[in-house]
Amino acid sequence: MSYIKKPKVHHPDLAPNAVGMVRRDYEGAMSTLCAGCGHDSITAAIIQACYELALPPQSVVKLSGIGCSSKTTAYFVSGGHGFNSVHGRMPSIATGANAANRGLRYIGVSGDGDSLSIGLGQLGHAIRRNVDMLYVLENNGVYGLTKGQFSASADVGSKSKKGEANQTTPIDPVLLALSLGATFVARSFSGDKAQLVPLLKAGFSHRGFALIDVISPCVTFNDHEGSTKSYAYTREHSEPVVATDYVAPQREIAVDYAPGTAVTVPMHDGSSVVLHKLRADYDPRDRAAAMAYVQRHAKRNEYVTGLIHLDEAGADMHAQNATSDTPLNALAYERLHPGAAGLAKLMARYR
Amino acid sequence: MSAAASEDRVNDFVLKFANVNGTGSASANGLMLKTIFRMGVPVVGKNFFPSNIQGLPTWYEIRVTKDGHMARSGRVDVMVAMNPETYAKDIKEVSPGGFLLYDSSFSRPAVLSRDDVTTLGVPLAEICNREFQGVRARALMKNIVYAGVLAALLDLDLAVIRGLLAETYAKKPQLVDSNMKAIQLGYDFARASFACPLEVRVARRDLTAGRVMIDGNTAAALGCLYAGATVGAWYPITPSTSLMDAFKAFCDKYRTDPATSRKDFAIIQAEDELAAIGMVLGAAWNGARAFTPTSGPGISLMNEFLGLAYYAEIPAVLFDVQRVGPSTGMPTRTQQCDLLECAYASHGDTKHVLLFPADPAESFELSAQAFDLAERLQTPVFVMLDLDLGMNDWMVEELHWDDSRRPERGKVLGTDEVAALKQHFKRYLDPDGDGIPYRTLPGMGPKAAFFTRGSGHNKTGGYTEDAHEYQEVVDRLSAKFDTAKRLVPPAVTIGAPDGLLQGKPHEVGILSVGTCDGAVKEALAALAKDGVALDYLRVRGFPFGEEVERWLEQHRLVFVVEQNRDAQLKSLLTLETRVAKSTLRSILHYNGLPIPSSCIVEGVRKALATEAAA
Repeated sequence: MSYIKKPKVHHPDLAPNAVGMVRRDYEGAMSTLCAGCGHDSITAAIIQACYELALPPQSVVKLSGIGCSSKTTAYFVSGGHGFNSVHGRMPSIATGANAANRGLRYIGVSGDGDSLSIGLGQLGHAIRRNVDMLYVLENNGVYGLTKGQFSASADVGSKSKKGEANQTTPIDPVLLALSLGATFVARSFSGDKAQLVPLLKAGFSHRGFALIDVISPCVTFNDHEGSTKSYAYTREHSEPVVATDYVAPQREIAVDYAPGTAVTVPMHDGSSVVLHKLRADYDPRDRAAAMAYVQRHAKRNEYVTGLIHLDEAGADMHAQNATSDTPLNALAYERLHPGAAGLAKLMARYR
Repeated sequence: MSAAASEDRVNDFVLKFANVNGTGSASANGLMLKTIFRMGVPVVGKNFFPSNIQGLPTWYEIRVTKDGHMARSGRVDVMVAMNPETYAKDIKEVSPGGFLLYDSSFSRPAVLSRDDVTTLGVPLAEICNREFQGVRARALMKNIVYAGVLAALLDLDLAVIRGLLAETYAKKPQLVDSNMKAIQLGYDFARASFACPLEVRVARRDLTAGRVMIDGNTAAALGCLYAGATVGAWYPITPSTSLMDAFKAFCDKYRTDPATSRKDFAIIQAEDELAAIGMVLGAAWNGARAFTPTSGPGISLMNEFLGLAYYAEIPAVLFDVQRVGPSTGMPTRTQQCDLLECAYASHGDTKHVLLFPADPAESFELSAQAFDLAERLQTPVFVMLDLDLGMNDWMVEELHWDDSRRPERGKVLGTDEVAALKQHFKRYLDPDGDGIPYRTLPGMGPKAAFFTRGSGHNKTGGYTEDAHEYQEVVDRLSAKFDTAKRLVPPAVTIGAPDGLLQGKPHEVGILSVGTCDGAVKEALAALAKDGVALDYLRVRGFPFGEEVERWLEQHRLVFVVEQNRDAQLKSLLTLETRVAKSTLRSILHYNGLPIPSSCIVEGVRKALATEAAA
């Protein structure tokens, strides 16, 4: 366990956000993960992002599957409903929940086992449907709860704690998502909160499926020499290509960028995302180029990070379905069927 | 003349069609069914089709039954043999004194000879090649020409046929004329060639007023519409597919804004059944009424999520349109083979609520009720149809809806109750003593939030591995299941006629389920003629209510009639009621065809004779 339970006392200097909440209001139960776990840093970043976005806590719906990462939905935003479902099947729960009520914010937290092995199918199809949700994949290359087996994201040659080298080719969630038509694809590192928080905020604001693959080292089973998902390796091999600034609705874009290096993308909720290219040859709006770039750098053992691809024009599941604006769970019953008279009329068809 | 032929066979015979799948025969056969129905005579239609798109043999059977029987009779009086590949099998099936109609354009094979069957040759291909242009039209019209032949042979009303064609082709009136031309060609040929009508024929009656012909899947889809279900998730599987097709058609008609095309529903074709039930749970957890139609193989895949739904107490409605198992089995044949699978789906101690409609009228009613039950009990509810019910047209009373009816959403906290919460909502308490906790929906407020999990939890909803806390929750779930016994629709009973009992106590009965109903009722009537007095109980819900317990206690011997090999209903009765195993005697039918009454009559006679001899 990483920390003891803190009393819910607010320091008088803590600034409330636009909905009158302080950062502590977005915390959850005490984490039961190992001290130093990357996942706890991501939880802290999610709390920070929700606070900065001034989300009413009850508007946040937290969904997860099974695994260390999936436990973390209990550790943030205790004022939002949470659903810790079954292994690899969170995307279907999220899809149904989102279908029922399009008016809430959905965040799914998953891991590399949950998303890339047992849940690969559901992840892929949630991407295809462009379900409006933020999907955080806490990626450590290893099964923690069952004590150290390789996961599907483990790189070829990466060594287990016992010294075995992985031989099967890894699944890169970023490439997977890009190839399936994902409209928001990012990668980050649990140790880089400065990069991660704006990405989470942009992901929340994106209408459609926002995937953030976060390399999140497992301090107990995969943080040793020879692992390609250790803290040290990830720090050395990160290759940020796009710095992301999130600009809240009605705020001015304050930062000046050199001409031709920044792209401002207006988001559906009125906010903006400013993509600041750190590499001149990179265009986050070009899917094919993004895939080639990520693959090229993977060959050099580099993790490309940042908001790798953004397409705010893609139709999400509800747009594809042409669903009414009123959430389906709030429609008046009278609106849903033609009544006794309608049934009597319909019966003529079967006479 | 044989004995069978001498009986009065007006409005009491079986017409069977042997066709090749994919040749357009279904519309001609359906036309015959509907014509007889509109002439006021009750009909039973059964489709025996292959798991195939084109080329394999397929059969359609119409029982014309002035007495309004609901099951198959087991005989064939007129066989329309359109598939040379199955001639040998088809002629064998014709009852003595019956008729066989075939295409005489091609040399008649020796297999079509039987002394006690009249063969009627019609040069269907010749007629169509002469009268119609194009390969497809010629092939399709052969079906319509034989319908015309049958119209003459069976004395069907051509005006009724024309009326039906006009409805079918309302948007393509030229097809009415070409189809009517084919009908007339067949009709005229038959009048010129045979002594029309035959003694097996239809005579207009007024026995179908206020009735409709509808299949159970369509009726279930209407139940979903009227229950206010807004999210449907599914993976296509025979024989459940037409349920979602029907729901979509109704939603397109009644739930789509004509001006904007915006939809008051979401139908999601999932990547598999695992995802389909996941979507249903996500939607229902979030406050929408949601359902998934599937069949046995789909339920197998859904088992994992069903355990979660049971333990985390999430409403869901599932339609299991049962087909022949095990494994892929025979996807286009019928059975009641998923009773145990559904009753105890998933690992660990799990039990589920099942509803058993017997005909499309009940399919409509119980489907609508299933949503109320699922939300009141906060658990999955299975509506157990089968292929016979789901995919065949049945004659039932017109469906009705009561406009004063409102969905029973169960124990969901209201806005005021949420506002009054002093501390975080506690999910799994039992304040009312009925085993049913209260729930909140996402978005209601920070104090209303709780954490749903399939891992061990205590009564407040918190994670636990504590022995006492775990047991407290699963014991309450057990109490909730007892409450379900009072909420599921009660069994339907018919007592043996007093005259037959002659003052003796009721001591022998038949207990059955779902689509066995028609065959059981017909068997009861047949046995009554022999002086055999039997009571009848049909279960409509699981867990079994107290009325089932009492009825079982009142009977010394109970025949349990069901359509599976392993006597699954009997197993459920022995597991879940106080009945002694020795009281129950199975009568089973499981070859994939709908149960005929003869199977029950013979089973009962044999058992009673053995008992008398002992």
